[in-house]
Amino acid sequence: MLTLTCPHCGIRAEETELSPGGEAHLKRYGPGDSDEQFEAYMFARKNPKGVHFERWRHAYGCGKWFLAARCTATLEVFGTYPAQVSAPPEPIIEAIRARRPGWEAGQ
Amino acid sequence: MSARLSRGGRLIDRRAPVTFRFDGKPMTGFAGDTLAASLLANDQMLVGRSFKYHRPRGIVASGAEEPNALVGLGQGPRFEPNQRVTTTETFEGLTAISQNHWPSLDYDIGAVNGYLSRFLPAGFYYKMFLWPRPFWKHVYEPFIRQSAGLGKVPQEADADRYEQAYAFADLVVAGGGIAGLTAALTAARAGKRVILLEQTAHWGGRAPVDGDEIDGMAADLWVKNAVQALEGMANVTMRLRTMVSGLYDHGYALAYERVADHTPGDGRPRHRLWRIRAGKVIAATGAIERPLSFAGNDIPGVMLAAAVRDFVVNWAVSPGDRSVVVTNNDDAYRTALALADAGLVVAAVIDARPSVTGDLPAQVRARGIRVLEGRGIAKVKGAKRVTGVAICAQQGEGAVLEEIACDVVAMSGGWSPVVHLWSHCGGKLIWDADASMFRPDAARPPTGDAGQPMAATAGAASGALQTAAVLADAHAAAGGEGLAPQATGPAEAPMLPVWIMPQGAGIALKSKMWLDYQNDVKVSDVQLAAREGYESVEHTKRYTTLGMATDQGKLSNINGLAVLSHALHQEIPATGTTTFRPPYTPISLGSIGGEARGEIFQPLRQTPMHDWHSAQGAYWEPVGQWRRPYCYKRSGETAHEAVNREVINTRSNIGLLDASTLGKILVKGADAGRFLDMLYTGVMSTLPVGKCRYGLMCNDNGFLIDDGVVVRMSEDSWLCHTTTGGADRIHAHMEDWLQCEWWDWKVHTANLTEQYAQVAIVGPKARMLLEKLGGMDVSREALPFMTYAEGTLGGFRARVFRISFSGELSYEVAVPASEGLAFWEACVAAGAEFGAMPYGTEALHVLRAEKGFIMIGDETDGTVIPQDLGLGWAISKKKADYLGKRAQERSHMADPNRWKLVGLETLDGSVLPDGALAVAEGVNANGQQRTQGRVTSTYHSPVLKKGIAMGLVLNGPGRMGEVLDFPVDDGKVVQARIVDQVFYDKDGEKQNV
Repeated sequence: MLTLTCPHCGIRAEETELSPGGEAHLKRYGPGDSDEQFEAYMFARKNPKGVHFERWRHAYGCGKWFLAARCTATLEVFGTYPAQVSAPPEPIIEAIRARRPGWEAGQ
Repeated sequence: MSARLSRGGRLIDRRAPVTFRFDGKPMTGFAGDTLAASLLANDQMLVGRSFKYHRPRGIVASGAEEPNALVGLGQGPRFEPNQRVTTTETFEGLTAISQNHWPSLDYDIGAVNGYLSRFLPAGFYYKMFLWPRPFWKHVYEPFIRQSAGLGKVPQEADADRYEQAYAFADLVVAGGGIAGLTAALTAARAGKRVILLEQTAHWGGRAPVDGDEIDGMAADLWVKNAVQALEGMANVTMRLRTMVSGLYDHGYALAYERVADHTPGDGRPRHRLWRIRAGKVIAATGAIERPLSFAGNDIPGVMLAAAVRDFVVNWAVSPGDRSVVVTNNDDAYRTALALADAGLVVAAVIDARPSVTGDLPAQVRARGIRVLEGRGIAKVKGAKRVTGVAICAQQGEGAVLEEIACDVVAMSGGWSPVVHLWSHCGGKLIWDADASMFRPDAARPPTGDAGQPMAATAGAASGALQTAAVLADAHAAAGGEGLAPQATGPAEAPMLPVWIMPQGAGIALKSKMWLDYQNDVKVSDVQLAAREGYESVEHTKRYTTLGMATDQGKLSNINGLAVLSHALHQEIPATGTTTFRPPYTPISLGSIGGEARGEIFQPLRQTPMHDWHSAQGAYWEPVGQWRRPYCYKRSGETAHEAVNREVINTRSNIGLLDASTLGKILVKGADAGRFLDMLYTGVMSTLPVGKCRYGLMCNDNGFLIDDGVVVRMSEDSWLCHTTTGGADRIHAHMEDWLQCEWWDWKVHTANLTEQYAQVAIVGPKARMLLEKLGGMDVSREALPFMTYAEGTLGGFRARVFRISFSGELSYEVAVPASEGLAFWEACVAAGAEFGAMPYGTEALHVLRAEKGFIMIGDETDGTVIPQDLGLGWAISKKKADYLGKRAQERSHMADPNRWKLVGLETLDGSVLPDGALAVAEGVNANGQQRTQGRVTSTYHSPVLKKGIAMGLVLNGPGRMGEVLDFPVDDGKVVQARIVDQVFYDKDGEKQNV
């Protein structure tokens, strides 16, 4: 079971306190957008062996959503941050690069 | 025969005899025995039958790795099958029964499978039982089910209780042998919070049996001192009978404590599951001895060499009178010495190595015991018990050189480190060619949340087999502070990998060489799999069932891998291992459930009126975590009769419904209207204050997820009613979109579901009841249909919603939860003169179905869009966007040929079965009858006195009047006509009075 630190309340929460919400930083497509765009938004999820950005809710804690950058292969957590951003903040990117040299955002 | 020795036994208390029963036979053991030791002391070597061929099976090991000796333990509500006798402590009154035989352990009819074994090779089930197809269901499967399986399922509810506990530590040490004790001492002296756990009932592991000397004293004494030192430290917690069953993400370890297995019924929980978060885990889990593959190595009396000396030294049990030791390494000579020390006869040591030197063999030879070099066992003689061995040259093909009479064969094929915990969470292994073992690769450990190593191994688990190396490794694994304990011991010569004995054995011998004793997998099976093209070890495992028994291949896997590798002409590391998965040994389902049983399995939610309902004979229905009255049965009434009465009374007088469970979410803020316009398919921002509007909520994939009435409470606040089951889910859905997508919108949500009790007052006389309570003008003019008012009713602070889920004149009144019961009782009292009666959820369903109102979860199932349900009127055409809008524009969603909602009326007035399918012409690609619709809601209408139903039918609304066929049970077909789904008061006049 993972432990993730909730960036809102500061609790180092165990997975049983959290609800997963899938891939983070999706851009919502809606009316007026093409079938392909909508399909990709709705269904095409990344499934990397490596760095992944995820949505989590501190469901049995403060109730807030947050995002986590995590390695799906080693389960290393590079950082957690509030959900109110559309891209990973710079310190998170730096933390990932420090541990995974050569990693590029958008991979 | 096996028997108790007259002296010795370091773990038993001869002053404390215990009596127990095996297959009904009374037997005696001593306190401190395992059941295995007790059985052997009573000459009970044969304890079970194998899975496939029903071969006689004896005790082969002395610990958790035992594959054979599984019994049904206990009786009645404490019966449990498949318990290993080697890990079961003997206690007064224990009862055990042997398994997997008929009619008896000694005479088993299923053993005939053994004579057919050449017709039952690897993959037999896949090859044989495929054709003809109908045979699978009617012949093969019933036969396999009859003959397969080990123990019998318990027939009574478990009498024991179980619990879970949480613990936190800097270091968890799994294993209380000398490696674990050294690691714990080293870390504890450095100030770490340490939890030390040992799966057996004793500290010290193998070292005291093997006669090691540590720091100049006998291992027993050193262990005693180490345990005393640890017990004196405040930062150390120690537990016996506690196995670390698995290591999981980020230092999460599960440990399984068998609290009261040996003291059943003493009031303590039987098992306790420890959920531990550890900074680091050290697996000091030792090593498991490997069997050797020679013909007849499964005959009772063939045992692991270390197990033989465990029984002699720990429990003073002699497995037999005359033993032969067969080995490829020096360690097994300790067994010969232990047997000789106990005064037992060792007929010979058969060593596969061409030349045997070294200290231990020298000691054995000095006792006058024959040591045969370069020899192997061609064949074990005997059926239900070993009677002798035939000796051959290891390098040859099995020509018999001599025969030696014996009743025990103590075998050792070397040792495999117990790497399970290391591997559970990603630690990698390397092949150590010198020691012929997979051992942990310290450079590739499992990692924690910061990428740090979260586990290490210590001692034999690292591959260190000599005592001095064990201690040094354990000391280093725990940080290496202070001095490491020192040990001296005999120098051991290298082992020789031996995977088949003799090396050139032909098929006749190989088909008698067992790899997996429990599942009956032999060398010939693995070789057959390789010939048939199996290359992956994971596929071979599943095809042959090697390592898939309850012991999970603890003895068989490495030998099987080696045989497979040889058959594939590749090195063992190229074949690799199968995946190690938790738990290390089986843990009880009871411990996983813990205390979440019965009434506290999950929280039970009760409305403020719960006790009143109960007192009035409520027949309960679970709705999510709530309990709601299904109906209120009067004496002599069936549930069906009660429902009919409640429906008719509601339509003719007044019905009272406890609607408190309905979700009530307050949405408030400057952007609340805009937010609700995105959430609902309709427009909520334009709803005037004091008005109500029915709303539909979809997910962004277009599917209908909830419905309910939305009320505009004030300029900036709306109250959203949700379904009973949907309140928490919809609140979370709202928060998801607010926090993660529209985070700059000024909106707050609050789930007020439990803050209000809600009563629906329904029926043509409902207004009279409210007027009698008094305090508010509830007339048609002051409070028309779909409006809301706040005030005081009969002295209660009330929010009155003029909404209807029945088609009748209806008011839903919300009062503070604390006043819910009082208000309910006031309604009951005021309604008495008008014939008011409570009604339950089933009457609610009938009332709504008569009106053609949908129910989330009946008419919807996650694949239904509002357009399918004729709810286009509740979808805004003007809004640029709402959740689900883009999805509903996709071609298959906009396709006119979808299954759509209609009413269904049986031609004979009967009630259609729920979920019944309407069949169409022809068959699909799988040969199944095509379908064109299904029943989603179906009831007997007491008002219309016939069956009514709703269903989704292909193109339904365009096919009014058509008759569909619904095949039901027993080959009958019910015919039903497609009709409008509103069966009662089609114009909606009754709710609008």
